[in-house]
Amino acid sequence: METILAATVAVFFAVSIYLMLSKHIIRILLGVSIFSNAVNLTIFTAGRVVREVPPIIPEGLDIPDRVTANPLPQALILTAIVISFSIFAFLLVLAFRAYQELGTDDTDGMRVAEPEGEDLPPLGY
Amino acid sequence: MAIEPGQAVDLSGAMVLAPATPADWLVVGPVAIPIVTGAILLMVRHETRLHAGLAVAGLLAALLCNIGLLARVLDQGPLVMTMGRWLPPFGISFAADALGASLALVATLVAVVCALFATADIGAVGRRYGFYPFMMLMMAGVSGSFLTGDIFNLYVWFEVFLISSFGLLVLGSQHKQLDGATKYAILNLVGTTLFLTATALLYGTFGTLNMADIARKADGLRENAPLTTLAVLYLLAFGMKAAAFPVNFWLPASYHTPRIVTAALFGGVLTKVGVYALLRTLVMLFPPELELLSGLIAWVAAATMVIGIMGALAQTDLRRVLGFVVISGVGVMLAGLALGTSEGLTGTIFYAFHSMIVMTALYLLAGVMNGLGGSYSLSKLSGLYTSNPLVAAFALLLMLAVAGLPPASGLWPKVMLVRASLDSGQPWLAFAILATGFLTTLALGRVFILAVWRPRVAADPEAPASPYLGYVALAALSLPVVVMGLYPDPVISVAERAANAILDAPAYIGTVFPEEAAQ
Repeated sequence: METILAATVAVFFAVSIYLMLSKHIIRILLGVSIFSNAVNLTIFTAGRVVREVPPIIPEGLDIPDRVTANPLPQALILTAIVISFSIFAFLLVLAFRAYQELGTDDTDGMRVAEPEGEDLPPLGY
Repeated sequence: MAIEPGQAVDLSGAMVLAPATPADWLVVGPVAIPIVTGAILLMVRHETRLHAGLAVAGLLAALLCNIGLLARVLDQGPLVMTMGRWLPPFGISFAADALGASLALVATLVAVVCALFATADIGAVGRRYGFYPFMMLMMAGVSGSFLTGDIFNLYVWFEVFLISSFGLLVLGSQHKQLDGATKYAILNLVGTTLFLTATALLYGTFGTLNMADIARKADGLRENAPLTTLAVLYLLAFGMKAAAFPVNFWLPASYHTPRIVTAALFGGVLTKVGVYALLRTLVMLFPPELELLSGLIAWVAAATMVIGIMGALAQTDLRRVLGFVVISGVGVMLAGLALGTSEGLTGTIFYAFHSMIVMTALYLLAGVMNGLGGSYSLSKLSGLYTSNPLVAAFALLLMLAVAGLPPASGLWPKVMLVRASLDSGQPWLAFAILATGFLTTLALGRVFILAVWRPRVAADPEAPASPYLGYVALAALSLPVVVMGLYPDPVISVAERAANAILDAPAYIGTVFPEEAAQ
């Protein structure tokens, strides 16, 4: 099971890096989204995949009576999903605004903040 | 282990049962106070008159808390507080040692000055769009990063200050802000996601996220586990946050676009969080791997400082000059990390204090100059010496400071770093630091000559902004710069304590797991 998941993670990382190398913001954003899902799957796999019961202590007991699944990776993934989803939403709006205002989603054309061929500072006075 | 209903269970093995002490509040205060203030500011979003006062008051309270925390840490050693009562490594610990507490203190000091400066710089519209709440949440994220003892929690604080910094960066929505913010946001998100990748692999290897627990288990795992891979991933992720060459291009693309006070806060504080995280992970958690990587880090450091300052030489916009100076300063800090010795790390930490204060002051100075001269461009800015001699004085002092010349604070950390490089047989690194100092003198000396000494070349702006609040802010930041330059002993001893706190992992482990230290 770990092998299959590890291979899936590898494919996710490869696809996301390929997309993030693009010049177009929208493809980069898709890459970023797949990138964060690749990481979530990494956490899931790194937390050991086992077929066990949920970590709920039966009534009247002090500790679980058998081996249980590890809940921590799921808590970590949940946190990471919430964070990456909210930032991704922000990035989408930002990219859309930038596209509206700058008229391009090609990073080669986005040179407003760093214009090409700027003057050098004066050499003397 | 069955128990009868109603039978009392002994929880002392798993939970903290003692009530919270005042010291616990001291650890969590620098984070909690900005969050609470930020929440209050959001509730009174429409009452923009109240914002500045509330924000300054909240940051002053956080500053007091930070002073108390640092005094206590210097007096009695690291202070640990555990969230939700679960004993570490299961509960999330906040562990304030000399490094985290001192950096949190300087960052909050810088934020107080920025909040004061913003009262004039940010108008009602900027406040309405949430400048102060974003600023408070960013400071909560920064302080949380400095104080947490849990690596996943560090990731969460990184994201907290990252999303707040997005809000600050786009405030105003000018074209170039949208352009800069897009690049800043995407590259920084990739950086933090890499950090999360490293943390996922670390969790798979160690089965724990508590930094003290990782440090004590690392030696046992080193034989079989790919710890060097983790160290390299952390180096890349935090190097990106710190703007180390060759992953620094987001910084010059964005730092000159927002309001000047936002740029001042970013330039002062944010890259240092990356440097701090590098120190914390590489020096404390993975020292043998750091030794393995030190050659690489030394080259990265030298390239960052030299290429950074060469970028500054080529710029016309004063704010872009400063962006490259920030990068060059990060290179100087990485030099101490590459050396890894107590003296080198002391130099790095002292330089971090100095750089936080000086870079913020320089950005604010640029704001004052723009208010008086009507431009950030070096081809237009001129004649400030005759019209505002006080600005000229501040400019001279701060430029000497950032170039590492006496009487200001930049001298001593550079002396320490040069001596540490020579002691560890890397004279070329010492040469790179000195050459960077020389090029910084050139780059900022030219700014001084053009903007301050040159007779006025353009017509005076019709309504020059009143510089008095700027003078107050610059004086508040120049005072520590001069004091650290003339009387560096106390700061050096704090930086030395901070360096030894991360070099001496067993002491840190002992404070988080007291029962182990007792055995």
